[in-house]
Amino acid sequence: MTESTNLTVSRRYLLLATSTVTAVGTAAAAVPFVRSWNPSAKARALGAPIKVDIAKLQPGELLGPVPAWRGQPIFVLHRTEEVIARLNEQNRNLADAYSKKSEQPDYAANSTRSIRPEIGVYVGLCTHLGCSPKYYGEVRPQKFATNWQGGFFCPCHGSRFDLAGRVEKNLPAPTNLPVPPYQFIAETIVLIGDDTQAS
Amino acid sequence: MSESIKNPNWLSRSLAWVDARIPWTNTLEKHATKYYAPKNFNVWYVFGVLASFILGLQLLTGLWLTMSYEPTSEGAFRSVEYIMREVDFGWLVRYLHSTGASAFFLVIYLHMFRGFAYGSYRKPRELIWLIGIAIYLVLMAEGFFGYLLPWGNMSFWGAQVIVSLVGAVPIFGPDLMEWVRGDFVMSGITLNRFFALHVFALPAALVGLVFVHIVALHHVGSNNPDGIEIKENKNEKGVPVDGIPFHPYYTVHDFVAVILFLIAFCAVVFYAPEMFGYFIEKPNFEIANSLKTPEHIAPVWYYTPFYAMLRAATFPLFGLDAKFWGLVVMAGAILIPAALPWLDRSPVKSIRYKGRISKFMLGLLVVSFIVLGYLGTIPPSPLATAIAQIGTMLYFSYFLLMPWYTRREKTKPVPERVTGGH
Repeated sequence: MTESTNLTVSRRYLLLATSTVTAVGTAAAAVPFVRSWNPSAKARALGAPIKVDIAKLQPGELLGPVPAWRGQPIFVLHRTEEVIARLNEQNRNLADAYSKKSEQPDYAANSTRSIRPEIGVYVGLCTHLGCSPKYYGEVRPQKFATNWQGGFFCPCHGSRFDLAGRVEKNLPAPTNLPVPPYQFIAETIVLIGDDTQAS
Repeated sequence: MSESIKNPNWLSRSLAWVDARIPWTNTLEKHATKYYAPKNFNVWYVFGVLASFILGLQLLTGLWLTMSYEPTSEGAFRSVEYIMREVDFGWLVRYLHSTGASAFFLVIYLHMFRGFAYGSYRKPRELIWLIGIAIYLVLMAEGFFGYLLPWGNMSFWGAQVIVSLVGAVPIFGPDLMEWVRGDFVMSGITLNRFFALHVFALPAALVGLVFVHIVALHHVGSNNPDGIEIKENKNEKGVPVDGIPFHPYYTVHDFVAVILFLIAFCAVVFYAPEMFGYFIEKPNFEIANSLKTPEHIAPVWYYTPFYAMLRAATFPLFGLDAKFWGLVVMAGAILIPAALPWLDRSPVKSIRYKGRISKFMLGLLVVSFIVLGYLGTIPPSPLATAIAQIGTMLYFSYFLLMPWYTRREKTKPVPERVTGGH
């Protein structure tokens, strides 16, 4: 009686032990399969920083979304003095006017979301579902907004962004257009994708 | 040889030889010649067979397409043009496949509606229903992965939008998105893995699930338009008196359905394979461009009801943003039919004997699904969003109010034996 009970107990322990080892082993074996879906070394290498020459970029013009960093469309925007002056007049209509929730390096967490007030660098992908918004730089009524002050409009789900890439309230996009890491390596050369100080 | 010529029964002897080794005759009897299906099936009962037929068609045409298709960002678009222009009958194989996808969903939606109407999800068929939902989910994924493969501009941005949905998952979203794509944006890496999933993993899962779906069905027996269990009324041989053998009676009957289906299907394949931009959209005749979003992005028609519900979530709630709730609403809308066996509390199964509220609600569900389907194809506007929000409420109310209205309403008496039939 006691012998068979002991047997049952030890069998149960053996079953538990082998099941645990099998579960751990299976989980461990899954790691390489799951990790192989990560961006490969090639994909990471192609995401290297890019240099953009802004010498010919006139005030009011947008360069892009031709430059691509990590394959993402990048907007390089040259704001006019006038735009900079009135940029923060409409803050009450913005979802995240002070960029508390949005993605940007510390040096761009300011009222123009940029290093230099006149040059804005933004990732041109809507934070809603990743469509690329279009640039409507002029101040004039548009079919998507009667009181348009210039900015970006996403055709997919109708999100509107101002000329600092900040999204308006009550639209699908939750946060502002991200600011990529960038730096000026010369007066008119922007290095996008790298903000570590060159020595 | 000489022995079999002398013996007139050589065929049955070889059959006996096989049967002693694998259950050939046994399986045929169980699933065809002695599978007793209710004799009162109506036209709604052909869509299961049609879906299996289309699955076969997709497997065949898909296999042929892989022989000329190139799953790389440089080669994909070009290889589709090559199939269309230079491979003999390549255009036909591709249009059969692309039209087959739409036909598959159409037939599946009708098949599901049949289940809704006649209570095919009720006890003892809950597992058939849940396996069916799993098939539907795999089918949606299959269609999504397949849509990226031509690498047109709509393929690219459509996939970009859907993959971005993953980004709405709190905390892990952005990392998860990179993991799914295998890159920082949609790229050839993403294309290559979607190809692998589309041509190998998901079709294998689909075939396996369909097999289990049918095994479960043949285990409990088919429902019918009266929602009566024919197994409760058997003759002395143990055969349901209201049942007829699936083969030859329903095989012949379903064969007619397949022919009628093929007439309509071929008309579309030959005369309107793009279906005016609903099956193959205009921007997809341009190669994928990661810097240029098409003016208007809409998914293929079979996803648009859920897409409209996703877009209907426009306001934040409980500190979580609208984007997250859009994902929740969409996932909820797709998954909620799985709860039907437990939501339906009616004493009867079939809509024939249910009360007025059930009939009204089912009608409302169909109307809201079609309206949402239309709204999902058009660009967003305040009016469209408002209608989509009402439609979403109506869609969910069919399910969420069901425990209440199915218990409350007055039902009609269910007959002892099935009505109609031959």
